[in-house]
Amino acid sequence: MTDLLAIGTRKGLWLARSDDDRRTWSLDGPHLLGQEVAAVSVDTRRPAPRLLAGIQYGHWGPTVMWSDDLGGSWHETDHGAIRFPEGSDAALARVWQLRPDTPDRPDVVWAGCEPHSLWRSTDGGCSFSLVSGLWDHPHRPTWEPGGGGGAVHTVLPDPASSRVTVAMSTGGVYVSEDGGESWAPRNRGISAVFLPEPAPEYGQCVHKVAVDASGPDRMYAQNHFGVFRTDDGGANWTSIAGGLPADFGFPVVASPRTPGTAWVVPLVADMHRVPPEGRLRVHRTRDAGETWTELGDGLPDGVWTAVVRDAFCADEHDPTGIYLGTRDGCVYASADEGDAFTLVADHLPDVLAVRAVRLP
Amino acid sequence: MSVQVLLPGALADLAGGARHVDVELDGAGGVTLQSVLDAVAVDHPRLARRIRDETGAVRRFVNVYVDGEDVRFDQGLATVVRDGTVVQVLPSVAGG
Repeated sequence: MTDLLAIGTRKGLWLARSDDDRRTWSLDGPHLLGQEVAAVSVDTRRPAPRLLAGIQYGHWGPTVMWSDDLGGSWHETDHGAIRFPEGSDAALARVWQLRPDTPDRPDVVWAGCEPHSLWRSTDGGCSFSLVSGLWDHPHRPTWEPGGGGGAVHTVLPDPASSRVTVAMSTGGVYVSEDGGESWAPRNRGISAVFLPEPAPEYGQCVHKVAVDASGPDRMYAQNHFGVFRTDDGGANWTSIAGGLPADFGFPVVASPRTPGTAWVVPLVADMHRVPPEGRLRVHRTRDAGETWTELGDGLPDGVWTAVVRDAFCADEHDPTGIYLGTRDGCVYASADEGDAFTLVADHLPDVLAVRAVRLP
Repeated sequence: MSVQVLLPGALADLAGGARHVDVELDGAGGVTLQSVLDAVAVDHPRLARRIRDETGAVRRFVNVYVDGEDVRFDQGLATVVRDGTVVQVLPSVAGG
């Protein structure tokens, strides 16, 4: 049995493999050298796992590429997998998220992109169509770009219904209950300290949203200031930042197996965005954010870097493995839900995205 | 009329390994650069979208020269290209 960890960086993709239940890792790469890989996914619903990479060809623009032989060869469509339709007066700037849907929708893949847009593929990620319901939303002209650009960076399709949740910086959380036809903001309770109205209907800078293992109504949000939980599908959010050393951060990861378990990586902000006191630490909750425990076994001190929103992920095993990459090119893995970490790689370019799967 | 489009090495793979693409066009009095790049896109769509995005705009860090002149300081995609003209595509100095 092989575990695969895909590591997207600012200058290429690396693949780490473990054949001993995630205790040790070997590194393969670079793949796509010189290309920014801001989004990566491993689609295990197919007979052969498909690597999907949202890449930026440096000077030459962004697109989606795929590999059905774990990086041996890469493919792209002639005219680009993601292409704004004529008349939209928009051009794809960056692919931020690639999210395969459930096994019941085997060829559906979602993409979140900059400028703020959601895309849906029905051919396994080779080509995508713009989800016009979100693109045509009357709020869209007032969604502002954050420092990294204005993008849909989180896409959460509900496996049991037609609900799709997206998050964007800035813009906030929006939910569709009809597969993407219509959308409504769901940000009540999420603060926006950078706006004159402290609790606007939308416009929040949500950095990441994760769905709890209990079901789609419970979600966690790591914000630009604030960590929040909803128990009603986003209708209302409450702060769960108490007990954390800082309420700023980029990623939040929820356990796919254990309800109430989630992890964050707090950073001192707003201007510094480094781990508190230079100590890289993960914080875990077992009770849906009521309390947090600092985890640092195997994580270094003297770290003045950050973990960005997609450079943190969980696998689906028992116990859950969690993985994080830093902007100074280090990748850490834990096979025991964060109790202890081992170094998988260092000296890589800035790590932008990690995804872990067990190969069938 | 005939126009040669010179390519940087990074794009040669998308033109079958060649460092140039030769384009034949109708238009005795000259055509626009846009027409030349549209013609390149017919046979080389992947190459074409490295140069221009889906709105048709030349990408920010790509420079296009017509007979040695940067078209951004001329007429952009409306720059006139005549028979025998050399169009050169180069990446700008950018990155890190």
